[in-house]
Amino acid sequence: MSIVVYIAVMAIVTYLIRMLPLTLFRSKIKSKFLRSFLKYIPYTVLSAMTFPAIFYSTGNVITATVGTVAALITAFFGLPLIVVAAAAAGTALIAGLFIL
Amino acid sequence: MRSDFLKGMTHGIPIALGYISVSFGFGIAAVRAGLSVAAAVGISASNLTSAGQAAGVEIIAAGGTLIELALSQLVINLRYSLMGLSLSQKLDDSFTVPHRLLASFGITDEIFAVAAAQPGKLKPSYMYGLILIAALGWTGGTLLGAVAGQALPQMFTAAMGILLYGMFIAIIIPPSRKSRSVFGAVLIAALISLLFKFVFTKISVGFAIIISASVAAAVMALIAPVPDDEEEEQS
Repeated sequence: MSIVVYIAVMAIVTYLIRMLPLTLFRSKIKSKFLRSFLKYIPYTVLSAMTFPAIFYSTGNVITATVGTVAALITAFFGLPLIVVAAAAAGTALIAGLFIL
Repeated sequence: MRSDFLKGMTHGIPIALGYISVSFGFGIAAVRAGLSVAAAVGISASNLTSAGQAAGVEIIAAGGTLIELALSQLVINLRYSLMGLSLSQKLDDSFTVPHRLLASFGITDEIFAVAAAQPGKLKPSYMYGLILIAALGWTGGTLLGAVAGQALPQMFTAAMGILLYGMFIAIIIPPSRKSRSVFGAVLIAALISLLFKFVFTKISVGFAIIISASVAAAVMALIAPVPDDEEEEQS
């Protein structure tokens, strides 16, 4: 299948998700379950995407684990997104220099 | 009109700077997964979403089906509908349907956060300025990463593969410290995701994410529904 078709499907689905509520809805969602579900979804999506994939993200489980720990620590202290991301990549790179 | 556009652009600069570093990682990861530079940039320019794109590239690289791809985008990006819903209450009268159709393309976590924090109603020109700069940062960073991914030493690009996940961790950890129910949701999702990786290995990566995230969110929505007074700040 052409890559263009894949990209088009991604883009169209994502656009509709954004466009329909902003354009059509004017009132609040009534279902408490649905509202709660939507509140948790961002966190569960990111968690499911991150674990365990992050441990394979550098092609080496050891350097990835070092980076993951660095990310967890910097995130725990509430540091900005860029700092956490850079700490993860930086420590993974340094770990790679030592063991590879 | 013009000053609103400039104000939006100014507010978009910090977002764009954050996006450049993360989309740099996405560009590298996309090229490593076997996509062309044009495909990586095309995805960023047309999707403008981090988690959705990362999952999309994984599914494309694994030769997944279009149904799986579409469903994964639906679940992963579902949060944007909530943000759109919330923003729809805050739009100025000048936000006619054509403006809504155009501006809705730019709803991301960060753009939503900045727009929602603005005092008063939102004007289309402000939103366009904000979205333009942020989207340029996201797409430009992807281009830089995709090109660098081909030129830089393998050891460097390999380490950059963790950038995007680092950002995800930065998003989920602070709220997990504040709220036990968010922590519970994060934990359940990670555990189910681990099961798919090591036990139910037949399930493809896209469906694994969809099921893990949906089940964890549904469980927590039943155990710990959001109290009404929390909604404004959470949405």
